[in-house]
Amino acid sequence: MTTAQTAPTADVAVIGAGVVGSAVARALSAHRLDVVLLDARADVGDGTSKANTAILHTGFDATPGTLEARLVAEGYHLLKDYADRTGIPYEPTGALLVAWDDEQLAALPGLKEKAGKNGYTEAGIVGPDEVYRQVPSLGPGALGGLSVPGESIICTWTTTLALATEAVRRGVRLLRSHRVESVTPGPDATVLHTDRGDVRARWVVNAAGLGGDVLDAMFGYDRFHLHPRRGELLVYDKQARPLVDRIVLPVPSKLGKGVLISPTIYGNVMLGPTAEDMTDRTDTSTTEDGYAFLLGHGRRIMPSLLQEEVTATYAGLRAAGDVSDYTVEVDAAQRYAVAGGIRSTGLTAGMAVAEHLLNLLGEAGLKLRERTDLPDPPRMPNIGEAFPRPYTDAGRVAADPAYGSVVCFCERVTRGEIRDALASTIPPRDMDGLRRRTRAMNGRCQGFYCGANVTGMLERALRTADEEGER
Amino acid sequence: MSTTRTRLSPTVAIVGGGPAGLRTARELARAVPGRTLVLEREQEAGGVPRHCGHTGFGVRDLHRVLTGPVYARRMVRAAERAGAEIRTGAMVTGWSPDGGLEVTAPDGLFEVRADAVVLATGARERPRTARLIPGDRPDGVFTTGHLQNLVHLHHRRPGRRAVIVGSELVSWSAVLTLREAGCRTVLMTTERPRGEAYAMLPLAGRAGLRVPLRTRTRVTRIIGKGRVEAVQIEDVGSGRRWNVPCDTVVFTGDWIPDNELARSAGLALSPGTLGPAVDGALRTSRPGVFAAGNLLHPVDTADIAALDGAHVARTVLDHLAGRTRPGDGVPIVADAPLRWLSPATYRPGERGPARGRLLAWTDEYVPFPRVRVVQNGRTVAERRLPWPAAPGRVFRIPSGLLDAVRPGDGDVHVSLHC
Repeated sequence: MTTAQTAPTADVAVIGAGVVGSAVARALSAHRLDVVLLDARADVGDGTSKANTAILHTGFDATPGTLEARLVAEGYHLLKDYADRTGIPYEPTGALLVAWDDEQLAALPGLKEKAGKNGYTEAGIVGPDEVYRQVPSLGPGALGGLSVPGESIICTWTTTLALATEAVRRGVRLLRSHRVESVTPGPDATVLHTDRGDVRARWVVNAAGLGGDVLDAMFGYDRFHLHPRRGELLVYDKQARPLVDRIVLPVPSKLGKGVLISPTIYGNVMLGPTAEDMTDRTDTSTTEDGYAFLLGHGRRIMPSLLQEEVTATYAGLRAAGDVSDYTVEVDAAQRYAVAGGIRSTGLTAGMAVAEHLLNLLGEAGLKLRERTDLPDPPRMPNIGEAFPRPYTDAGRVAADPAYGSVVCFCERVTRGEIRDALASTIPPRDMDGLRRRTRAMNGRCQGFYCGANVTGMLERALRTADEEGER
Repeated sequence: MSTTRTRLSPTVAIVGGGPAGLRTARELARAVPGRTLVLEREQEAGGVPRHCGHTGFGVRDLHRVLTGPVYARRMVRAAERAGAEIRTGAMVTGWSPDGGLEVTAPDGLFEVRADAVVLATGARERPRTARLIPGDRPDGVFTTGHLQNLVHLHHRRPGRRAVIVGSELVSWSAVLTLREAGCRTVLMTTERPRGEAYAMLPLAGRAGLRVPLRTRTRVTRIIGKGRVEAVQIEDVGSGRRWNVPCDTVVFTGDWIPDNELARSAGLALSPGTLGPAVDGALRTSRPGVFAAGNLLHPVDTADIAALDGAHVARTVLDHLAGRTRPGDGVPIVADAPLRWLSPATYRPGERGPARGRLLAWTDEYVPFPRVRVVQNGRTVAERRLPWPAAPGRVFRIPSGLLDAVRPGDGDVHVSLHC
């Protein structure tokens, strides 16, 4: 690592290595610019991006005419294309919005119309028979639904990691565990004071997620206010996967999108999230009330799901704001840009947000000269369940026996994959980081069999990195 | 991507190289023509006893008292000496379309097509997530299996102050492991009115361990950002809650069989255990597929699992000799407070379970239990047993109580009374 103090003044500093910040850094690095990407946490995608419901949205239900609606619709295609090129796993499962009462049933035509206004024309209203044909394990009482075939599930972890990895391979300096505590704008450059030293940059992009409004205030703004909205999730065992092959949502109400049941890209079934407005931006704990709420909904929507084992429980914080749209703006005088209030849809919209922001930056005076020497996009390890994984690949095992050595039995993660993750462009720095790269220890036994092995491999790698001064 | 698998055709394939699988292999390797192949996904065979540092293994099957690791090594050697082939690091990941086992190993992908398959995949403890314990997600939360792996196989230290959730036999095993690693157990908590396995421990051991046991309590929250800092405990009676500072939490017991292969094969499951439903001879619902060990009774001791292995070996030999499959059995239903019974099917006139015992799990403590067997409203048998039924360990019922059960007369209900 280059220490911040001796580093040259960067052309652009991007604060926040979540899905949006990583996409912005990647987009910037396609140009002849010295870019630094900072994150307060020990890993990329470790804030709001990691605990997303991981849906690649068509944008059918966005508010027409908003920036969010436009960027989600564009981002949907950009990310799908990027996923094809880099190997980010996604599955076009489709979604079904289920109406459980007359009010919800009456709302379906309006939703279909809204989808059309958002440029999405494939949504279709279906009757109860078709609802139960699509999802036979639904609980009784569904009156009808809206079928949205374009909605997909995607790996939110690999998405952020792919964008950040490509950025780093293009030369972006990634500074993890650098929390920006204050800023000093100057005539030529802004100094970012972090808990690990100062970073100087001519331009600053605020993609700080849940901390976006605080950082915005450091630049003198008071245009949006964020608070964490906690979402708790239950992840059911893979044995539940045959119960549901598409995303099942309630018809949205004033209270938000409600509790969904969705297959995950890792072959599980997810029930959630809750929606609870909080003040503590670090409280990702799960609660008794949250579980009770989810189990109550689950019992009604899909009683058979509750017979299955729970493999994991999570709570994620999403950025809820008092502005109903994304805030993507550039202040040319301060050479400062913000991508703020990007909520859960930001996973889908991230790459479109980056393109949009780059245009704004260009108009504001940032010189964007395209590079011709870009490396190929990275090929990300596939951790999706529906695709060939190393343990099933005879050729890979023959070439390298480490891919035939299953270490995490529940998730079938091999020694080769863990080794690769530990030696990757952005290696993990803790167990959660390794989990997000490989799925190791994410399975039903939660470490009963593999915990000691996997943590041992991680610790050896971290010790080596320490000795080599890489951390 | 290529998926070409090398075909292996042993006579018998045994999935799982723990006590049940190894004993099955030892019995069959010298009795069957062709190969007896044990597939073990860990780097070493021997199963859970490998990482149980304490003694008490081998009593009923080997008639001696050994530590877990010594017992495991002996079981491996005995199977190997009998001629069984044990492949370690070989994980069965599923079934091929025509019923073979799909295996991944460092030396390649295999499809194993055997004349008989014995599932001996064992059981594991439900982790925190499956028990829905809310709170933060810090490091320092283990199951006993994870803890024993860390301490005994990887020589690592957990923390300094542990809270143990549960008071089964295995919970005391966790206490011993923690003590060996220099970690003090500051609280053992159980929702039950008494410690399940407490009475079974030798008095001296109990006094020496000095573990504060609180009954009628449960963990309601785990607290701590990077590392566990405390757990919130609730008194189940009064609802009062308080925090107990600690840096380690061990979730013990609450077993679930490793039933993935059984389930993906579409085998009938026993609703109480979630393991495959077997008859007294340890046949599953699929001809040619058998099961043994703690996959069937989560969990009994290692020696009982091993004796299952000896029992199922005879059934496998019958199958290989072409002795025909019997007719329909009578389902055995566990009535409360019994949670499960194994075997789950009785075939009148056929070979009964290993050691002539039905194995059962009770949710209530009954000091002098009367066992009642009822079929179609008719009490078939009733007997008071001279040993208590206690939660947290297997309760044994003489299978002779089923002798008067009639075929075709409906399910058999077994219940406990004071």
